[in-house]
Amino acid sequence: MLQISLWKRLLIVLICLGGVSFSMPNLFYDRVERHNDAVALMEQGQDTEALRADRALWPDWAPSELVNLGLDLRGGAHLLAEVHVTDVYEDRVDGLWPEVRDTLRDERSIVGNVRRMPSDDPAVLRVAVSEPDGIDHAVSVVSELARPMQSLTGIGASDLEVRRDGDEIVVTLSEAERAATDDRTMRQSLEIIRRRVDEVGTREPTIMRQGTDRILIQVPGIGSAGELKELIGTTARLTFHPVVRQTSDEDTVPGPGELLHPSMDEEGVFYLLEQSPVVSGEQLVDAQPDFDQNGRPAVSFRFNPAGGRAFGIYTAENIGNPFAIVLDGEVISAPVIQSHIPGGSGIITGRFTVEESTQLAVLLRAGALPAEMTFLEERTIGPELGQDSIDAGSIAALVAMAAVLIFMIVSYGFFGIIANIALALNIAMIFALLSLIGATLTLPGIAGIVLTIGMAVDANVLVFERIREEMKTARGAARAIELGYQKALSAILDANITTFITAAILFALGSGPVRGFAVTLGLGIITSVFTALLVTRLMVVFWFERRRPKTIAI
Amino acid sequence: MRLKLVPDETHFNFLGSWRITAGFSAVLVVLSIVAFLTMGLNFGIDFRGGTSVRTEATEPVDIGAYRDAITPLGLGDVAISEVFDPTYGPDENVALIRIQAPEDGESIAPSVLDEVEQALQDYDPSLEFTSVESVGPKVSGELVQSALLAVAAALAAILFYIWLRFEWQFGIGALTALVHDVVLTIGLFSVLQIRFDLPIIAALLTIVGYSINDTVVVFDRMRENLIKYKKRELNDVMNLSLNETLSRTILTSLTTLLALGSLFVLGGDVIRGFVFAMIWGVVVGTWSSVFVAAVTVKRLGVKRDWSKGDGEKGGTQFATDT
Repeated sequence: MLQISLWKRLLIVLICLGGVSFSMPNLFYDRVERHNDAVALMEQGQDTEALRADRALWPDWAPSELVNLGLDLRGGAHLLAEVHVTDVYEDRVDGLWPEVRDTLRDERSIVGNVRRMPSDDPAVLRVAVSEPDGIDHAVSVVSELARPMQSLTGIGASDLEVRRDGDEIVVTLSEAERAATDDRTMRQSLEIIRRRVDEVGTREPTIMRQGTDRILIQVPGIGSAGELKELIGTTARLTFHPVVRQTSDEDTVPGPGELLHPSMDEEGVFYLLEQSPVVSGEQLVDAQPDFDQNGRPAVSFRFNPAGGRAFGIYTAENIGNPFAIVLDGEVISAPVIQSHIPGGSGIITGRFTVEESTQLAVLLRAGALPAEMTFLEERTIGPELGQDSIDAGSIAALVAMAAVLIFMIVSYGFFGIIANIALALNIAMIFALLSLIGATLTLPGIAGIVLTIGMAVDANVLVFERIREEMKTARGAARAIELGYQKALSAILDANITTFITAAILFALGSGPVRGFAVTLGLGIITSVFTALLVTRLMVVFWFERRRPKTIAI
Repeated sequence: MRLKLVPDETHFNFLGSWRITAGFSAVLVVLSIVAFLTMGLNFGIDFRGGTSVRTEATEPVDIGAYRDAITPLGLGDVAISEVFDPTYGPDENVALIRIQAPEDGESIAPSVLDEVEQALQDYDPSLEFTSVESVGPKVSGELVQSALLAVAAALAAILFYIWLRFEWQFGIGALTALVHDVVLTIGLFSVLQIRFDLPIIAALLTIVGYSINDTVVVFDRMRENLIKYKKRELNDVMNLSLNETLSRTILTSLTTLLALGSLFVLGGDVIRGFVFAMIWGVVVGTWSSVFVAAVTVKRLGVKRDWSKGDGEKGGTQFATDT
């Protein structure tokens, strides 16, 4: 007979109540959002009248999880960046040169003079020695520079590969070291992008690694992807180099260990610099927008102790010589060292506007990106368009809901009302689940919910149709209802499991908007099976126990 | 009085003229393939790469003037179209501008975008750029791949599940119906040249989901009736099953269409193509469950001796004793 044990009844009712209460905050989206923001700020120690007023907009004890709105609904910028991980190999190899040179210098009696040779592949270090007989010895000495790697897979692997090519020594990074470097580059890039985005203080940015060398960045509320690109696309690598000479000939061929960089502000001015920097931006501990003696915007900075010492020693030894401040391959300025600069702080002047100096300070504080990035995909959605979409989507959902409700009542009468209550609970539960798991609602996601409204009644229709049929043959209403649920079960489960399979595949393989759709569709299937099989049944049983009808009109 | 769209008992001979219905479907499939091969799909930037700029102005859209403003920039292939929507007021004039992707795999450079926006605003200062999307050819190629993979994986998984739960003939029947639905949808998109973008793939898979839902309900009834009426002709049993589930088929299709219809009219132009695909899918999916899936099963024939061994498989495994 139609029996459901008490604890099951309680559980079903509890789940429904939970669904309703956890979906509630979404009805008061703005208020709850302001409340949540205020709570977050107050936890950081801020406390103002305005914050307290915001916090009071929503009770502290009530659920306050909200559905995240996707960029297409809230407006904002989306970028997919590719990190040039191989750039880092070059730096590593450049960094090896002094070490290799010093090691071989100690063996001068066997290998003779040491020279760095030009290499087609910048990630390869080529070194020639003047004594051809000593080359094998040189290779073995350089090989000792390789360090064993600490990794799970690369047992016995070392970070360098040293071999002989004719009368040259060729040093490259090993395969395992490249993989490890890639991983480190990606993690650093993520961290630095996160810091930069946090510096400008936008809310809830998504910064995610995708695949081996890509980073997805989504920032709600930012005006345009171009703006975001400027912020995170700048490498912001700051270095201080000794100047060899200044030139106006851009075809100057830099000698070994030298670099040619253009001036940032002066057209046609180039600087020939020593390749190895004296100090670099990694050794900065602080950078602030500032003004120079003449009141022009500038950036003041401070080095860490090691950087400060190196800077101090260099300036003491080179009074009267110019040195260049280089940012991303352009010389900001090349002042002449007037005096020894101890203490490791200084100021960068150039032709900045106030905005530029502020931006540069932000970038320097956050640190340089370890490698350059290019952008493969970018999307900007204006907040007005997002709001329009929300409005249109909600109106459409309400109208759809109303149409389905009326249709169900007209078709099934009392049972239609039961199905409608279940449908309303169903929608509440979808929103509750979306809020709890922190899923993101996108425009296709709204479409998924509307589709769920249409399809959720399917399970009920299957049961009701079955009860109708069973009424023709079964003995009594109770038996017909029971058989109806029992026989419709396999169809409901099979049908929903197959649809769920598509939702799961969409989620696994889809990206962006498709994923958002898959999430709502999948959750919709779970909640609609729950409501159709358990909630409506409980309602029917409650009703049946009170009335005990002999026949039912369905 | 209760609304009853379908009488309590119907005796339509669904499978009687299967040659005509299946032939009709076959012709549509062939036409769709021809349309796809000759006209192709109107791929959006997700699949082709490029930049799409959505403009909104208080002045009416003048496509020619927009084009004149952009042409001097020499951006290659530029397509401009006006967007109409019943929800727009008289001062909302929306246009979509699509610019060809550069060759080097990157999305558009911000400087180029600034130039485009500047040129357009010189023509009409009230223009606002409500969305700008740019996809490099490198990513779009991958998006195509993963989309195709998703559709193929979904079809395979469903085939496997149906085969697990029913006889293999049903699996083939369901798969035929699904391929039919997907092909017809792609055909319609190429005939009408509706923009084919990433969300349309989601719509395609939803169509697959809806259609299989419908098909499974019909199959479930067939499975039950095949056990119940062991002696009756396969044709009769299948017709009986289709008639018994007819009321549900119609009702569910109607509620779903009601919901989608409201989204189509009121949901805004951004997702209209998406919703359109789903509406078409519901219609096609309902048709195919009866006239493609069932017909295929009938032509393949089903093993009727359920008495030993396989009887378990045909039963309702999920039935509980509540």
